[in-house]
Amino acid sequence: MRDRSTIVLAALGLIALACMCAFMTLGLRGNLWFSLELRSLRLLALVVVAVSIAVSTVVFQTVTANRILTPSIMGLDALYIFSQSLLVFTIGGFGFASLDPRIKFAGEAVVMVALAALLFLPLLKARVDLILMLLAGVTVGVLFRSLSSLLARLIDPNDFVVLQGASYANFSKIHGELLVAAGVLMLIGIAIVWRMRHTLDVLALGRDAATGLGLEWPRVVAATIMLVAALVAVSTALVGPVAFFGLLVVALGERLIDTRRHALLLPAAALVAIIVLVGGQTILQHVLGGASTLGVVIEFVGGLVFLAMLLHGARR
Amino acid sequence: MTTVERTAPRLAGAAALLVLAGLCAISIFVGVGDVSPREAFSDPEALYLIAASRLPRTLAAILTGAGLAIAGLVMQTLARNRFVEPATAGTGQSAALGILIVTLLLPSASIATKTLVASLTALAGTSLFLAIAHRLPPTQPFLVPLFGLVYGGVVGAAVTFVAWHTDLLQFIEIWTHGEFSGVLRGRYELLWVSAAVLAVTWVFADRLTLMSLGRDVSVGLGLDYARMMQIGLAIISVVTALTVVIVGLVPFVGLVVPNMVSRLIGDNMRMLIPWVAGSGAALVLACDIIGRLLHFPYEIPVGTVLGVVGAASFLWLLLRRPSHA
Repeated sequence: MRDRSTIVLAALGLIALACMCAFMTLGLRGNLWFSLELRSLRLLALVVVAVSIAVSTVVFQTVTANRILTPSIMGLDALYIFSQSLLVFTIGGFGFASLDPRIKFAGEAVVMVALAALLFLPLLKARVDLILMLLAGVTVGVLFRSLSSLLARLIDPNDFVVLQGASYANFSKIHGELLVAAGVLMLIGIAIVWRMRHTLDVLALGRDAATGLGLEWPRVVAATIMLVAALVAVSTALVGPVAFFGLLVVALGERLIDTRRHALLLPAAALVAIIVLVGGQTILQHVLGGASTLGVVIEFVGGLVFLAMLLHGARR
Repeated sequence: MTTVERTAPRLAGAAALLVLAGLCAISIFVGVGDVSPREAFSDPEALYLIAASRLPRTLAAILTGAGLAIAGLVMQTLARNRFVEPATAGTGQSAALGILIVTLLLPSASIATKTLVASLTALAGTSLFLAIAHRLPPTQPFLVPLFGLVYGGVVGAAVTFVAWHTDLLQFIEIWTHGEFSGVLRGRYELLWVSAAVLAVTWVFADRLTLMSLGRDVSVGLGLDYARMMQIGLAIISVVTALTVVIVGLVPFVGLVVPNMVSRLIGDNMRMLIPWVAGSGAALVLACDIIGRLLHFPYEIPVGTVLGVVGAASFLWLLLRRPSHA
């Protein structure tokens, strides 16, 4: 069994590398160094986003003990965007908008993690019916999106193109100034998750079993939720809300690697995410001639996958 | 039946009508152009402003609200689920797909043609949704609305993709954000079809009440269930398509209003229909007025205001303790 998972991971790694090479080299024209520099920055951003989403989704699914819950479906992306508009709206008068984007990002991430803890910890404690929790999550997402666009209009009515209020991720317009800060935050998050991988395996056994094995359930769950929130802040700050991308790549990764063991599932999901993002972006850019719609394509395919999983789960 | 029992509903009805009339008055005198009630009857310019813009806008809000609330009520009856409505379960998005198709094939089509095609695609999208919804296990009441929300999102993503690749994204943005700021005389009259659809719903009220008892019971009582299903689908599709073409997507009206009203007055359609229509009209009109006042002189689209108000109310409906166990 070990051999099979090693082979799968190696194959995924090779495909991911091939996608990155294609992304870097296809259709290069003009000033070579300039293009390569630009592309490598964008590639780095895509990888950071892909890994953040994959890891946060896996961890979130483990904590909630469910395969169709993802941070985006529960409205965490919308929560980050809301934190953004809330900060601009409340302390906009003090020049918040003209601050260094990295400081803004830090502020937004802190507000979001706090809000996520406030919202989700009670939900997890209450042991609500799963479908109801999903529905409430989707509705929370709609609510925060509407609130964000409301605040955006109150901030600057002449600015009708509110990029942040968009409902789909845009993988072409990456906020590059945040790349280093987001990358560092992602690395810290991943390091913590990787050190926790065995704890997460225990966590996946469920509350009672994990407590019996000596896990401090409330403390660990609170910590992981905050970690997930921070990783969602990373991806949303760079590209925007991603809807069903996390669900899609984790479901694919799990099919391929055939285990929920975190030491294997985490890298598998991350590699699938890189392949889908970088590969998809390359194909859309060079074949279909429109890279902006990758977010929409992912929303469409991922939404169908979600519906299929939902119906499948309901039939059982 | 005592006299109190007979007069109480009448009093409540009269009070509700007063509230609606008050909202209409506010709506007519609120806006960027200054009109005072005294000018309205003497100053020809003020009169023109009211006739060309304020009155059509007020009427459009009333027709939209009443139509959407009734469409939601009918959809909930058809799906036998309290938590679905056309604007969030794929009907509105399917209608937008229809508009997109017309715009691509016949760029010069009239509003009526657009509405017709949008109605047809809305019908197809809603039929598919209901077919799946009826297969879902009835033990899971929240599965149907969850399915509907994501189904609507998937159809919406398809619309966005096609629109992006045909440079029609601006168009779609306009159609998917409901607002009344563009409603002027001569541009909303088709909405009166909504009023006609309301009358049709009223005619079928008792049969809809039977439908809500479930298929077997209603067939046993002599109802032509399949025919009622078709009529209900037509009502939902036409009202939603009209609204999307003329105003844009207005979320949550059909979801929140029927739930709130039926909690107060029960499930008899004869009683429900006028109350639901009136409350829907009042809600949309009130939200439009709020949107006009919040950031005066700028406007906030009614769809955004309702997104906040509606989502918050819907959450409350979902998470409150069930009043009857």
